[in-house]
Parts: sequence; C-alpha cells; structure tokens
Amino acid sequence: MSQARKRYLAWAAAAALTGALAVAAAGCGGSSGKSASKTTTSNLPSSIGPGEGALNLIEWPFYSDPSFANKFEQQTGCKIHRKDAGSSNQMVALMRAGGGGGGGQWDLVSASGDASLRLIKGGDVKPVNVKLIPSWNDFIPIFKSPAHNTVDGVHYGVSVQWGPNVLLYNTKKIKPGPTSWAALYDPKYKGQITIPNNPIQIADGAFYLEHSQPNLGIKDPYELNKKQFDATIALLKNQRKLVKLYWNYDTDGRAALANGDASLAAIWPVDTLALQAKKVPVKEVIPSVGATGWADTWMLAKKAPHPNCAYKWMKYVTTPPVEAKQALVFGETPVNPKACPFMDKIQAGSCAKYHLNEPLGYYNTIKFWKTPIADCGNGKHDCMDYNQWQTAWTQVTG
Amino acid sequence: MAEVAEAGAPPRSARLRIARLRVSAAFWRWPWLKLTLLLAAPVAAFAVVYLGALTSLFVSSFWEVDSFTGKIIHTWTLSNFSTLIHEKVYRDIALRTLWMAAAVTLTDIVLAFPLAYFMARIAAPRLRAALFVMVLLPLWSSYLVRIYAWRTILAKDGVLNWVLNGLGLPDAGLAYTNTAMWIVFSYVWLPFMVLPVYAALERIPDNYLEASSDLGARSWRTFRRVILPLALPGIVAGSIFTFSLTLGDFITPALVGGAGSQFIGNVVEEYIGINGNVPFAAAFATVPVIVMAIYLVVARRVGAFEAV
Repeated sequence: MSQARKRYLAWAAAAALTGALAVAAAGCGGSSGKSASKTTTSNLPSSIGPGEGALNLIEWPFYSDPSFANKFEQQTGCKIHRKDAGSSNQMVALMRAGGGGGGGQWDLVSASGDASLRLIKGGDVKPVNVKLIPSWNDFIPIFKSPAHNTVDGVHYGVSVQWGPNVLLYNTKKIKPGPTSWAALYDPKYKGQITIPNNPIQIADGAFYLEHSQPNLGIKDPYELNKKQFDATIALLKNQRKLVKLYWNYDTDGRAALANGDASLAAIWPVDTLALQAKKVPVKEVIPSVGATGWADTWMLAKKAPHPNCAYKWMKYVTTPPVEAKQALVFGETPVNPKACPFMDKIQAGSCAKYHLNEPLGYYNTIKFWKTPIADCGNGKHDCMDYNQWQTAWTQVTG
Repeated sequence: MAEVAEAGAPPRSARLRIARLRVSAAFWRWPWLKLTLLLAAPVAAFAVVYLGALTSLFVSSFWEVDSFTGKIIHTWTLSNFSTLIHEKVYRDIALRTLWMAAAVTLTDIVLAFPLAYFMARIAAPRLRAALFVMVLLPLWSSYLVRIYAWRTILAKDGVLNWVLNGLGLPDAGLAYTNTAMWIVFSYVWLPFMVLPVYAALERIPDNYLEASSDLGARSWRTFRRVILPLALPGIVAGSIFTFSLTLGDFITPALVGGAGSQFIGNVVEEYIGINGNVPFAAAFATVPVIVMAIYLVVARRVGAFEAV
C-alpha cells in the first residue's frame, strides 16, 4: 500500500471513529433528555421513618458545625458526611453532577435564594412536607413560604437562617465611614473596592437605583424590565472601573481586605467577624434604606438516599437552641424567633445585634435573593431572566 | 481426570510447550495479530476516554439550554458560535487569553534558554544536579499553594512592597492585575520550558561548535547558525507546554487577576457552574482546541517533532 493510501485510510478511520462517537454521544444525550422531561409525582411522606444511619450534606462551611451536629448524630444515629461549598454556583454544580437531583449521593443542600429556584426549576430537589418540621409553625411569617423556596404552595425545603449583604470598610483608610450604598459607585474609592463575582450582584445595583433614581420605577431588584436592567448594567459597567477585585469566594475578598488591597467591600457579616478576629480594623454598616440579603434553605435532593435522616436534620436544626447556636457560629440570623433567649444566653445582647427581635416591618427593608425569572407577576413575561443576568454579568466583569 | 482418560497423550508440560509454539507460530505467520493484541487496550482507551470526551464536548456545543428550566435542548443550532463571534466581550476574553499565553511563552523562552544553556554545556556535573533540583523543586509543591504564595508576595501589604518601601521606592501596585497574572504564569510554567530546551542543547555535539569556530564563525554567529537551529525543536516543544497550559488555565486568573482578568476558562467555569449552560461553555472551549491545533501544525512545520 502506498504512503498516500495509508494516510487516507488513517484519516478515514479517524473520521469514522469520531462520527460513531458523535452518534453515541447524541444518542446518550437524547435518552437522558427524555427521562428528564418525565414528570414524577412525588408523594409526601406522612411520618418520618427510622434513620438510615447516614446523612450527606452539601453545605456552607459550618452549617453542620460539630458544636451542634454531634448531638444530632448521637440522638439519631445519622452519621453526617459534609461537603463544604464556597459559592452558590458550586452548590448547583454539585447537585447537578451525576445526572442531577443530587446524583443519588447527596441528601440536603443549604441553598441560598439565588440557587434555590434554579434547583427547583431544574428538578434537582423534591417537595418537603413541612408538617413534619414542628418548628416551621414558629418561623417568622416571611420565612414560612418565601418565593425562593416555595412554588405554587409547594415547599421544597425549610428556611434555616438569613443574613444581609453588608457594606464593609476599613476604618483606618476610609474616613469618615460611608453611610450609603453610593460609596460603592463613588470614583473617590477607585481601586479600593471589592465586589462579589456573582450575577445576583446586579440586584445590588438595581437596589441602589431603586432609591437614587426613583423615576426608573424599580419595585423589586430581582424583577427588572429591559429599561431598568440596562440602566443597572450601565451603572455596573462604570463601577467596574473602580473595582480592584471581583471575589469568587468570600475568603478571597477577605484576603484582599486583610492585605490592604481593598478597603471597601460588599460582603457578609461572617467576614466582618473573621476580619475583626484577625484584628483588621473593619466595620460593617447596613445603610438606612436597607440591603439585599440571602436566606438559606435546607433543600431535599430528588434522589436523596437517606430521606429520613434528612427530615430528622431539618427538624433538628430549626429547633430554637440549635438555631441560636448555628447563628452565632456563622454570624447570621435565625428564622425561628424563639431562638432569641437562647442566643442571649450564649452571648448577651446577640439577639438584638443580629436583628432577631425586629418588628415585621424590618424585613421589608431586606430584599432577599431570588433567582430572576421572566415572569415577574405582571402577566407580561417581560422581565430579564437569569440567563440574561448571567450574560450581562460576564459583560460587566469580562 | 483428563490425564487418566488420555493415557497415551504426551505429558502436560509437553502439551503446554506445543501450545506455546503454536501461538508464537501464529504470531510469526500473521504479524498484524501481535500488533493488534498489543495495541488493542491503549487504542480503545485513547478512542473512548480521550477522543470520547473531546467529541462529546464538540457535539454539545451545538445544543442549547432552555433558559427557564436550565435543561439542555438537543436540537442542532449554531447560536452559541454566533454569540461568541458577535459579542465583543467574548472576543476580548479570547484575545486576552491568547495574548497572555503568547507573552508567557516568550518570557519563559527568554528566561529558560540561558539557564538551560548553562546547565547543559557549562556547569560542572554537581552544579548541574543542584540546578536541576532547583528547577524541579517548585513542582514538588501544589500549584495552588504557589499561586497563593504569589498573592501574598504581591499584596499591598506584602513582601514586595515591603522591600520596595524599605529601599525608599513607592508601592508596585501589582496585586490583582494582569501583570500579576503574567508574573505568576511565567513562574509556574518555567520548568516546563527549561527541561525540553536543556534536552535539546545537551544533544548538540561539541565538535559542531568547534567546526563552526574553525570555519571562522564568531560566537554570535555560531549561536545564530548552529546552536539556535538545533535547539529550536526543544524551544517549540517547551512552548507547546507553556502556551497550552496558560491557554487552559482558570485558577490563576481567579486568584491573582483583578477586574478585567477573565480567561476563557473562567467563562467556561461560570457558565457551567452558574446556570448549567454546558453547550455555550463547550462552544467557548472549542476555541483553545482550535488554537492549539493550529499551533501544533505550525510547530510541526518548524520541526518540533523530529528527533535532533
């Protein structure tokens, strides 16, 4: 056989192989698509059965801190295996790995509001019978059936804790301390600002415009029409020139603040506590107009291998003493107001410090994360959905 | 039992020998049989594991994601590629990635060549061994640890500025910039350039250089006409490592880059992580594949794959 013929044959073989693989890949994809579109009618359990001996959690770090989780393990015999996630995106990715629904590996995920609707729409989590969680009745009303974890009256998990997104500044470098979100858009602080690298951050821009440019008519920073959205993106594109770092993990933002690379940040209370513990001179403020915030939900994976242990866990972590402990370990606020005296017992004055004793009106000033969808309640489907948020965010930061 | 039944048959050891002879005779008669058996496992692994992943990547880049449910729709479309071409931001990110890969490769060539030359042709054996250990030493620790180390060096309150301020100089202000990325990339991939260049230089016979000077060439001319052409395959081989490793990275931009340091890898990671848009991520991921294919064709032309 001549050299040329041989080469032809080699190319033909390679082409045939690639073609065969392509068909196989397409075939696989097709079949998985079919199985995914099948609707499963899930029957809610009416009681919690005996534990399965294990519980696999995807969690924010410390969400099953041994200081309260050990007791749960002893009481129920459910041994906890935890996977710490650093971001909402990582949580969604973990839940979707292995064919989605937690891949038959994970039982619960402590999803924040920017992830929870995505998990519900993606079919990765299943409905939960809140009647089996006694503390649910005691929850602050807005956390019983919030839009980010309850769809058409169906609960896909139980709320656990919440916290605001705060404005943090270095008291030695930023004088006087800022009192308004305008600081994050002020050219005066160019090169000193750090902002989360997360599309949901667009809501912070919209929240600022809601108050600084009322003529745009923004009512809810997660429900933006084209005009409102474009105005927000223009604001954020200007902000990019001032930003030193878009942090991916809050620990990266923390490092930039600790090393002097940033002195003004949009970040979380847990980071304030961590920085202050390292003697970094920082202070957090929640401007008087309020803030965006996150509320976390323990959500039940569709393919949870240990559902009874999962229910036992949801029941356990929402009880007042555990809510209080977790709140103070992480630096966040319980959804169960009965935790208040327990918090004060652990750390005097902490119930008020974390705003657990606020009147209900207070919660109107916190705009909780929720995944933006096209349908924003006016029947017109003209809101920007999460895909558009993501694309725009890449254009802001890219 | 078999032995008892066939009393007249040759003993077991003899039968084994006959079987072995038959097998080797078969191999001798049909040489392709041996080759097939030898290569079946690696070829299957290569086709399924290696090409399979690339193929599924390529196929899924022609699909789309339902923006409401986040599920992948299996219909063929070119929309991902048209977005890539028409949206300025993706072109900017792709060009930034390419530029950085090229800059890092050039920097590593400039840094690695003198070092490799010294190691290969000048240093005494003991010094050479010591230099080898020093070049390879960083590879003994995690890549991530070394990037974090650089972050603390370059930070505003870090070692670099501390030294500069001590000398009465102003802050370098390198933290979270593209310059920081360039420094860190050049550092982490340097060993991958030193080693192939060293191997190429070491193989140049001494008498070539002597012949060159006998014929009247000065050192610069010897370098340009003898050493460099013979070292070129090593340089190109090293550049394939540094270029492709930079092209595919997303950790360094995420950790030491600042605003406007996104790489192709970061966009891929975000699209998969944030809204599960695997098709778009796959479409963007084909860009480095195509770039590398072109690069390898050029490298082949230059003769990087021919033994010196």
